[in-house]
Amino acid sequence: MDGCKVLIVEDSRATRELLAAAIEVLEGVEVYTAVSGFEALKVLPRHRFALIITDINMPDINGLELINFVKKNPHYRQTPLFIVTTEGREQDRDRGLQLGADEYLVKPFQSELLTALARRYLKR
Amino acid sequence: MPPPRALTEFVAEANEVLETLAHDVAVLDAQRGHDPEPDLLNAVFRAAHSLKGLSAMFGQEKIAGLAHHLEDVLDALRLGKVQHDDTLIDTLLEGVDVLTLMLREASGDEAHPDTAPRAQALTEAFARLATGGSGAAVDVLDEVGLDPGIRNVFTEYEEHRLRENVKKGVALWKVRAVFSLEDFDQRLSALNATLKPLGEVISTLPSSQPGDDASIAFDLIFGSSRPRPEIATAVEGVAIVSPLTQKTMAPTPVPAAAPAPRKPPPTLFLQDASAPDLPAYGGSASPSGVMQGAEPSLRSLAQTVRVDIGRLDGLMNTIGELLTVRANIQRLSEVARNAGGAPLPKLWAQELQKETRALERKLDDLQNGVLDVRMVPLVQVFDKLARLMRRLVRQSGKDVHFEVSGGDVELDKLIVEELSDPLMHLLRNALDHGVEAPDQRVARGKDARGVIRLKAQQLGNQVQIEVGDDGAGMDEMRIRQVAIERGVVTREATDEMERRELLNLVFLPGFSTRADVSELSGRGVGLDVVKTNLSRLSGLIDIESRRGEGTRFLLTLPLTLAIIRALVVSVGERTFAVPLNSVTEIVSVKPAELRTIERREVLDVRGQTLPFVRLSRVFGLQELPVERHFVVIIGLAQERFGLAVDALLGQEDIVTKPLGGRLKGVRGIAGATELGDRRAVLVLDVGALVEDLKRPMAAVS
Repeated sequence: MDGCKVLIVEDSRATRELLAAAIEVLEGVEVYTAVSGFEALKVLPRHRFALIITDINMPDINGLELINFVKKNPHYRQTPLFIVTTEGREQDRDRGLQLGADEYLVKPFQSELLTALARRYLKR
Repeated sequence: MPPPRALTEFVAEANEVLETLAHDVAVLDAQRGHDPEPDLLNAVFRAAHSLKGLSAMFGQEKIAGLAHHLEDVLDALRLGKVQHDDTLIDTLLEGVDVLTLMLREASGDEAHPDTAPRAQALTEAFARLATGGSGAAVDVLDEVGLDPGIRNVFTEYEEHRLRENVKKGVALWKVRAVFSLEDFDQRLSALNATLKPLGEVISTLPSSQPGDDASIAFDLIFGSSRPRPEIATAVEGVAIVSPLTQKTMAPTPVPAAAPAPRKPPPTLFLQDASAPDLPAYGGSASPSGVMQGAEPSLRSLAQTVRVDIGRLDGLMNTIGELLTVRANIQRLSEVARNAGGAPLPKLWAQELQKETRALERKLDDLQNGVLDVRMVPLVQVFDKLARLMRRLVRQSGKDVHFEVSGGDVELDKLIVEELSDPLMHLLRNALDHGVEAPDQRVARGKDARGVIRLKAQQLGNQVQIEVGDDGAGMDEMRIRQVAIERGVVTREATDEMERRELLNLVFLPGFSTRADVSELSGRGVGLDVVKTNLSRLSGLIDIESRRGEGTRFLLTLPLTLAIIRALVVSVGERTFAVPLNSVTEIVSVKPAELRTIERREVLDVRGQTLPFVRLSRVFGLQELPVERHFVVIIGLAQERFGLAVDALLGQEDIVTKPLGGRLKGVRGIAGATELGDRRAVLVLDVGALVEDLKRPMAAVS
């Protein structure tokens, strides 16, 4: 996993740090963070990310719009993407997965779960 | 899940979210009567949503649970399923209060017995509200033929906005723009600003069809009833407009919005207030000097101004020491230059001076920068007070309009925090004792609706905050009588007092007791505590009152307490520092020019007669005969007087340190400071000197 870059898109400062900590457990992984969809759009082309983790409800563009963009773009289409959200309803999950998200985590969850899932995808 | 350190982070962020929420709800309240702005509704909803997610991540299940219910209500509100009325706003405000309490407890405060029942009552109230509305019937979006691929990425709220536009017969457009990756956010906000007057930008979709690596395309989903050419012209050269839907619907008639009925305050929210016959702040004249009342303190929970204030204080201390060093270098260079021909080469002295000047400039920058970080707008406190007043007014049964202005005035964070309790106290006083009952007002020929004002303005280095009302005004004869009865002042002493002096009696300790609350038509409950709190902030309080017209309390405060510029003066062998923000000018007078009026010395400065105070006499120091007095004219609020000193030694930046031991609490001394030559000197408490001057001679036993 050396040199793997992970992008975390989350507008809550404290949550962002928590997510980052869960990923940084993995050795050699570099974490990048964005506080909004716009910032994510700016960071995306600058690095080759091995994993994107995004919240849904954010200012400017929402997470679904970001996922739609990523999954339809030939440059990023292959990048695994996790949704991290408080929306636990069936229809929200369906929608996220339909747009191409790989995992759907409903807050709150154990940070170990995120670490484990990230490890699995980064090893591929 | 979170490490303990993270809890602090959580509390700080949750607190910020709650403050935003409270502010937005206040704006929402102000927009009652017309359709609230979609952006605002969305912002309020997002705040509740963020709080829910954040609390859940940090294992704060109770907060997350309540925030979830709040979110449901706000979601229903932005989807147009809940009526925007008094009940709603009250419930939302109560929600903010209870969540703040819960957050306090999460951060380690003792649990308040009322919190759990209030949270429970709220959960039920939220649930009632959220399910109150009617669901959507036929989906109009299906009828206009919207591409399901596009619909998939919309959140429920965005879909709702689409529906609202479609229902009104507003056409939906796709506005496509391609921007450089470098600055697309600025370009997008410019495009948004262009479009906004023409309609509503419902969503911004980054397009999956990229132009090249350096640019990105966006589709703005735009609802507008303007003709296509008009929109196209507005965005010409920036974006291309095309229809989003295959057809437009005829507008469905919207039933005229019935005005929201004003309901009596729900009893649910009365439980934390005092019994109806006892004004809520009864018992506030506590001897400990701690303000008490039914309301929890309005002080903010967060100890951060983005930067930890403890660190800032450390930084400020460092700067204070640096300033001392600077003064040292300055003195050394002075000595070196004056050594004239001695071993020191002249060039060395010049170099040293050049360095000193550079150091000085850098320090100024640093000082200003750090001071800026400490400054916060008063709106943080004003918002909380407005919320409190709203509730108190409804409970009081009086009709009062609460006017707030000057929330953008900035003050040192520490001062702002300390202000909330005194201001709350004064506002309660204005409501309980200032503004009359509606029938009384009408009988006196006034508008039945009273006005209470909270207003701030910056005046040079000081900030003035006014708490005013248009009520009955204060009755000085009544105050005099009470003061005599209480033994605060002797009858003889009051004989010579002017109205203003009589009014100021309310600030004396012992003037008010709890029993006054209902019987005294004037004011005065615990005002001595307000005054003590203010003087701790180097602030002053004054009263202006006209019988039948109203009362104004004027608070004058320094902008910061951190580093101040001081005038260094001496009397005999002693040196003192006088805060320069209260010095208006310096004059010199011959002893013969002084006059005596009513056993007090005065001097004339350009036609104005001012009290003349000898600093030596204030502190019982030896007086030397002089040919001329140096007189420092002090101006604080509307008070002015001349302070006579023996010599003026110069100006310095000082950091005032509190005094300990036997010197603690000596009247007229604010603290001590170290000067550039490492001498420790006392800093004068100008506010206290002004107070003593105003205080009637015989009033204090």
